[in-house]
Amino acid sequence: MEFKEFTIKWGMVVDLDKCTGCGACMVACQAENNIAPISKYENFDASNKLRTLTWLLVYKMENGKPFPEHEVAYLPRPCMQCEHPACVPVCPVVATDKNEEGGIVSQIYPRCIGCRYCMAACPYHSRYFNWWDPQFPEGMDKTLTPFTSARPRGVVEKCTFCHHRWNAAKERARKEGVDPMNLPQDWYQPACVSACPAGAITFGDFNNAEHTVGELSKSQYSRRLLAKLHLNPQVYYMSKRPWVLAMLDNYRAGDAHGAEGGQHG
Amino acid sequence: MGLILSLGVGWFVFPQVLYSEKQQPFNFSHPAHVENAGMSCEDCHFFRDDGSYAGYPTLEKCAECHAAPQTDNPDEAKFVAEYVEKGKEVPWLTYQYQPDNVFFSHIAHNAFDCTDCHPDVAKMDKTPTYYQNRLSGYSKQTMKMWQCERCHAENGVSNACFVCHK
Ligand code: HEC
Ligand code: HEC
Ligand code: HEC
Ligand code: HEC
Ligand code: HEC
Repeated sequence: MEFKEFTIKWGMVVDLDKCTGCGACMVACQAENNIAPISKYENFDASNKLRTLTWLLVYKMENGKPFPEHEVAYLPRPCMQCEHPACVPVCPVVATDKNEEGGIVSQIYPRCIGCRYCMAACPYHSRYFNWWDPQFPEGMDKTLTPFTSARPRGVVEKCTFCHHRWNAAKERARKEGVDPMNLPQDWYQPACVSACPAGAITFGDFNNAEHTVGELSKSQYSRRLLAKLHLNPQVYYMSKRPWVLAMLDNYRAGDAHGAEGGQHG
Repeated sequence: MGLILSLGVGWFVFPQVLYSEKQQPFNFSHPAHVENAGMSCEDCHFFRDDGSYAGYPTLEKCAECHAAPQTDNPDEAKFVAEYVEKGKEVPWLTYQYQPDNVFFSHIAHNAFDCTDCHPDVAKMDKTPTYYQNRLSGYSKQTMKMWQCERCHAENGVSNACFVCHK
């Protein structure tokens, strides 16, 4: 499998020591991307997590020790936009691809046939299947935006790093005579990043020396989820707590590849 | 004979059945505004400060001149009575309509002529009939994906799916 290299590489670095687990990022994501809360066929009961759509999901992690050593951490999980995505080669109809500058993995809903191979392939559970046509409670339909298109029943969807915000930033750049390939970092920020009250998420172009993400990702406290799978996510997590870092490359004790886990360039 | 009949259906009848004809809410003459009233295209079709495209002018813009009928033109009368006085935006039909899942950027195509992609309404006194495909709901003039892609390929512009889809 060959992978393309891009001039721009969008990505995030999430500081898990700053994340309070408040969930503002999840709410911002749902609203920004027209994600329906839950169908009436589920009796509007969003507790069935096999049916909800959460492009960004906050997980809770615990160190397993009793009080007073007990500690928790929260981990927001968007789509990792892997450099070597597992979902792309398994798609039989090329509905998902990693071929655009910026390296965001695309998902083209009208092409998707709903086979869900990509969901099985993704180790991060970042992909979701629409079991129903989207339905919005009365009043909420007025908050829908034209920026992300409606996904019908039977297709898979996932986080796009709010790709439409990138499009908007490029339009602004063309208007202001700025090079669309060299945007200032704060011009393009996904909704979750803007919403985070703790400033835990940093977003930018890893290849742009003026953006801060490149430096952060190289910190000794930065890791990628399940690094040993070599999918090379474009999302990094930072923590100064060793138990948190250890959990990011979660494997069973005695696993053959356990020892060589850790970071790959 | 049967062949001629079926060809007839295929060439003339089916294309007509496939498309339903629609008219703009009322006739809007570009020459009346550009040539007679001396307006420029950018008075009505302009980019906002953030680079997004304003598309059609708002009712407020039209009402600068049409708060009350200026002529005895029946289309103007209809426009003033049904929209200006009721404060209702005009539901224009876009000949170059694109489906919900397509992203298009006017500012990225600023180097091209409007007529590379649009019917030349700027020269038409009568707004043309709008043909809507009964199956897809698209306009007959909706640019097909291969047409966008061909021009992108000719100009060395990326044809990655996410360039045009959202
Ligand atoms: C007074 C405001 C006004 C001015 C000035 C104006 N337009 Fe328009 N334009 C409209 C309105 C209203 C429509 C929608 C009705 C229609 O399609 O004719 C429209 C539609 C269009 C469309 C069709 C889009 C589509 O596919 O449906 C094009 C192309 C266009 N204008 C080009 C121009 C050009 C070129 C000029 C300058 C020569 C111009 N316009 C000047 C108001 C204006
Ligand atoms: C700068 C002033 C001005 C603005 C702004 C303006 N118009 Fe007009 N409009 C005129 C004039 C002047 C005429 C008469 C031109 C003629 O008879 O040759 C006219 C004629 C018309 C007519 C009758 C002729 C025809 O069939 O088009 C209609 C309908 C109309 N305007 C609609 C609109 C709409 C809709 C808008 C907003 C998109 C608009 N106008 C904006 C000045 C304006
Ligand atoms: C490269 C092709 C292309 C060129 C060049 C182009 N347009 Fe368009 N235009 C489109 C497409 C495609 C749409 C439909 C967008 C949609 O439905 O999302 C559109 C839509 C519009 C609309 C409807 C409102 C909207 O934003 O959807 C207006 C008005 C319009 N164009 C005017 C113009 C004018 C005026 C020019 C010339 C200055 C122009 N266009 C040049 C492709 C083009
Ligand atoms: C007449 C030729 C032509 C046609 C037709 C055309 N494009 Fe383009 N398009 C271009 C060119 C050239 C550029 C690059 C502009 C630049 O980089 O400044 C471009 C750029 C774009 C961009 C911005 C890409 C970016 O990276 O910011 C989008 C989005 C786009 N086109 C969508 C479309 C869609 C959708 C259609 C069909 C409805 C279409 N184009 C039809 C020539 C065309
Ligand atoms: C240059 C712009 C452009 C690019 C690049 C592009 N598309 Fe499209 N696509 C369009 C436009 C415009 C339409 C709507 C008009 C049509 O149906 O042809 C469309 C329609 C479609 C449709 C049919 C939708 C329907 O409702 O019928 C599918 C499926 C699709 N695209 C998939 C893709 C995939 C997969 C890719 C990447 C390999 C891709 N497109 C790349 C512009 C583009």
